[in-house]
Amino acid sequence: MASEHGGADPRSLAEADARPALPKAPTGIRGLDEITHGGLPRGRSTLVTGGTGSGKTLMALSFLVAGAREYGEPGVLVTFEETAEKVTANVASLGFDLDGLQRDKLLVMYAFRVDPAEVIETGAFDLEALFLLLGEAIERVGAKRVVLDTIELLFGAFQDQAIVRAELGRLFRWLEERAVTAIVTGERGDSVLTRHGIEEYVSDCVIALDHRMQDEISTRHLQVVKYRGSAHGTNAYPFLISARGFVVLPITSVTLDYGAPGDRISTGVARLDHMLDGGLLRGSTVLVSGTAGTGKSTLGAHFADSACGRGERTLMILFEESPDQVTRNMRSVGMDLQPWVDAGLLRIWAARPTAFGLETHLAILDRLLEEFAPRVAVLDGIASLSHGATGPEVSSMLARKIDMLKGRGITAMLTTLAGADESSMVGVSSLVDTWLLVRNVESNGERNRLLFVLKSRGTAHSNQVREFVLTDHGVELVDVYVGPAGVVTGSARLVLEAQERGANFRQGQELARRRRELRGGIVEAEARLAVLQDELAAQRAEFERIQERERRQASDAEADRSALAARRWADPASPGEGER
Amino acid sequence: MTGPRDADAASEVPAPSDLTWDLRLYVTGRSPNSLRAMQNLQFACEQYLAGRYHIEIVDLLENPRRAADDQILAVPTLVRKLPQPIRKIVGDLSNSDRLLAGLQLRPRGGQAM
Repeated sequence: MASEHGGADPRSLAEADARPALPKAPTGIRGLDEITHGGLPRGRSTLVTGGTGSGKTLMALSFLVAGAREYGEPGVLVTFEETAEKVTANVASLGFDLDGLQRDKLLVMYAFRVDPAEVIETGAFDLEALFLLLGEAIERVGAKRVVLDTIELLFGAFQDQAIVRAELGRLFRWLEERAVTAIVTGERGDSVLTRHGIEEYVSDCVIALDHRMQDEISTRHLQVVKYRGSAHGTNAYPFLISARGFVVLPITSVTLDYGAPGDRISTGVARLDHMLDGGLLRGSTVLVSGTAGTGKSTLGAHFADSACGRGERTLMILFEESPDQVTRNMRSVGMDLQPWVDAGLLRIWAARPTAFGLETHLAILDRLLEEFAPRVAVLDGIASLSHGATGPEVSSMLARKIDMLKGRGITAMLTTLAGADESSMVGVSSLVDTWLLVRNVESNGERNRLLFVLKSRGTAHSNQVREFVLTDHGVELVDVYVGPAGVVTGSARLVLEAQERGANFRQGQELARRRRELRGGIVEAEARLAVLQDELAAQRAEFERIQERERRQASDAEADRSALAARRWADPASPGEGER
Repeated sequence: MTGPRDADAASEVPAPSDLTWDLRLYVTGRSPNSLRAMQNLQFACEQYLAGRYHIEIVDLLENPRRAADDQILAVPTLVRKLPQPIRKIVGDLSNSDRLLAGLQLRPRGGQAM
């Protein structure tokens, strides 16, 4: 199968590649084929063990039905638990049509009711009747897959346990000789894998199913206990039984690249988009955490509203309120979601967290995503899930939810109530791309909301705090006033802003006065400068006039002296003077 | 599969002697267990039910799907169809006390009729 979810972890994938390929039979069970890197060991028997109601039968049947429908491998089912009618009815809700498969000769089904009360044993016997029946059925439909559910009940059917034990050993060898891929199911004991030690016959692959109740919340886990010759994920993976069958959910979101498209979509609040460098990256996940009554849900509704406005199908899952409550509440801030619901663009689904187990929540989300195929999702109030379950389980489940959303390229906003304990969200915060924190700040007898961008991957986001104001037309973000006493919000901000406006006005007046004064000074100085320049010009003219007069006087004196010398017959005084 | 229900025969008390025993023995060919079971059954019936029994031998080697009819897992298995209620007696029928109890020819631990 194409690994839509990828492997359990890259290291074990690499190991798997390095080994010679073990032939495998895909189970068709989403998640399980990824954990096992392809399915169950082909031609071998796999033991699936678990307590009552742990889903063994469903898993085995999923394997059979997928084989018959998808992989061209008909199957044989022998059940020791229930009548054929009951088995058929039980799985009909999962869309398994066992009657149809039998008509199409893709499945043979036998049901044995073992009641020791009506059996008397006298002497030696064997289980050849079962072998012959199985053999005939396998041949008749060309079966490649066999399920024996729950084989351990045979131990209760006969008194002579030594015979049963020997016959079971023979049965597994017999199945292997016929090269069928088999699932046998076993009843899990208190501290042992199976009550009667079936695992000693099945050495290739053992899968344990577990159905835990914790604080009245049920969680199902699947673990591949053993898989000879193959790498496999060893964690206990949660699985769910939904209307679409048996689904195992490996966690992959942390390591996988989902192919992040670069375009951004609006959060529905323009200034928030601006803080996030244009909006949320498509396909990313944003977590909005905050204390009670900080407007997280309203932010989520904005996001949904704007997505619907772009014509994108939007899924809202409410963990705290009913759809009616939300549409009514949003109307009070001027947002009407009802038209989107009517237009089929918005689906609002309310899930009371305590009403279902964690894996049921996953199943519901999975189904909604499949059916509605939204592009945008809002999960409102996810922390409510922790009411009934312990921290690690919740965060692992949230991680899987985020994984499911990202895997489908859905841009999602998760809102959560973060109380005093912000660390409760730490496990999840590493999985989200953007984390917005809305916090109430109390001062001057009022509470005001502040919004921070704690982180935003791939985004040059604002490091500033904004005041988050709920108006009758929705959320608005307002710059906070940062004064000497720190960040100021609410009416204190308004007062300070007014004061600032007043101060600005006064300052403006002062400046104008100063400007006028200076202008006067300039004019005066310029006038003085003009006078001085006049003076300077006059003095320069006078200076030049005097110089000219001096030159003339000097040349007149020379002329006088020459005339006098000529009259006295004097020698020329010098050659220079002679040339003149 | 089962004959008409007889209210009197519904309990584990010895059946009235005018009844016919309707028996079916599932075997696999001529396997040792099967052969022993056939011999043991024949012997018991002749001894206690002469003229009042009917035995059908079903060979699962020839007809494996018949095993589903009476929900047979083990061979040999003797099915007492009449007198009711239906009883299954698994094994080669080598323990005659148990066989007789299973055939309702004697109450458990009691005397043969």
